[in-house]
Amino acid sequence: MDKTVTDLESAVAPIPDGASVMIGGFGSSGIPFGLIDALLAQGATGLTVISNNAGAGETGIAKLLKAGRVAKVICSYPRSPGSIWFEKRYEAGEVALEVVPQGTLAERIRAAGAGLGGFLTPTGYGTLLAEGKETRIIDGRGYVLEAPLPADFALLRADRGDRWGNLSFHATARNFNPVMAMASKHAVAEVRQLSDTPLDPERVVTPGIFVQSVVEYGVRP
Amino acid sequence: MTTVLNLNGARLTALEDAELAARVAQDIPDGAYVNLGIGKPTHVSAYVPEGREVIYHSENGILGVGPTPPEGEEDLELIDASKRYVTAAPGAAYFEHSDSFAMMRGGHIDIAVLGAYQVAETGDLANWATLDEKFPPAVGGAMDLVVGVPRILVMMRHVNRDGTPKLLKRCTYPLTGLGVVSRVYTDLAVLDVTPGGFRVVELTKGNSLEDVQAVTEAKLLT
Repeated sequence: MDKTVTDLESAVAPIPDGASVMIGGFGSSGIPFGLIDALLAQGATGLTVISNNAGAGETGIAKLLKAGRVAKVICSYPRSPGSIWFEKRYEAGEVALEVVPQGTLAERIRAAGAGLGGFLTPTGYGTLLAEGKETRIIDGRGYVLEAPLPADFALLRADRGDRWGNLSFHATARNFNPVMAMASKHAVAEVRQLSDTPLDPERVVTPGIFVQSVVEYGVRP
Repeated sequence: MTTVLNLNGARLTALEDAELAARVAQDIPDGAYVNLGIGKPTHVSAYVPEGREVIYHSENGILGVGPTPPEGEEDLELIDASKRYVTAAPGAAYFEHSDSFAMMRGGHIDIAVLGAYQVAETGDLANWATLDEKFPPAVGGAMDLVVGVPRILVMMRHVNRDGTPKLLKRCTYPLTGLGVVSRVYTDLAVLDVTPGGFRVVELTKGNSLEDVQAVTEAKLLT
């Protein structure tokens, strides 16, 4: 088995127009900047982007928004210092927004990857974000039924990977990357270092079964 | 040092941000697991008294947030939820997002300190969206924190910049959570949320109950 691909271009080649794409990262940490640039060059448009943030400045997801490739953003925190391209597209009505509480976002993604039909969470109960959703009272407490959130593709950033697709991460760059690997039909990981030898099984965070392709991209932004 | 505000005809003594952070820090006990919300609450850790070991959780995947690294030694992949560069304190751990929010929702964190737009006398909190439709809402992890963390401390200015009250009978902005706030620290006073409403714990030195009541919509109990 060999899941490695030689370059970023080949790694993102299968992504069609209209695809749903999870993009790992939180703030500037754990974002697959190389894969995002390659996706921009590849040209796919009408994308639904699922990520915690909606990019800042002229980097990462902001580049896709600037180029008009994003039809919808599903995230917890679209506003960041410098999230100008999201704000421009949002104000012009050019991008749809679904705001999801951050823990619910992570758990909806995890549920999709774990084969669950959803879950009951107290998060958001009684608020605007629970409107129209099924609720239940369990032991006197209110819960909201949340649906699984799968995607066609996931673009991930990891520290090290091997040809089996096993991944390990560095510091807080782990964030959404492991759950997104699980929840997508086709997860692509850019890794700082592609290891010639198998990763130590004790240090594998994302087992290779969740990853379809691995590409080395040494640049750490 | 404190500043003097002139509001609704009253002359009030207000704590500066650093003094407010130091006041909140007094109430963070030794051994607590604490989540500090983005913005002003992040400054609380700098004022926790010597001798207390407090473990800071940041929802982006670290338990044991340490101090800011010296310039030039930043690790670009080691940040907190405010996206500031941090270090890992002794005993720290990294984890992915669903584990991080299991800590929050699952009742494992003892205290969270959050900012707020509005707090109601019922303990309702509004801190994620305004009524301005052009301004995209951003909820982040606030709704998860308030349902899972037993002690929610709010740290904020007592009134808005235009002098309108933030401590209300009922919130007018979309809610983050219902009946979740334990205590509110403002530049003018410290207030507990009780079944009867806001009870004054202390007033910033120089302020009378009448003057603070004059800039508070909700009734203050003593």
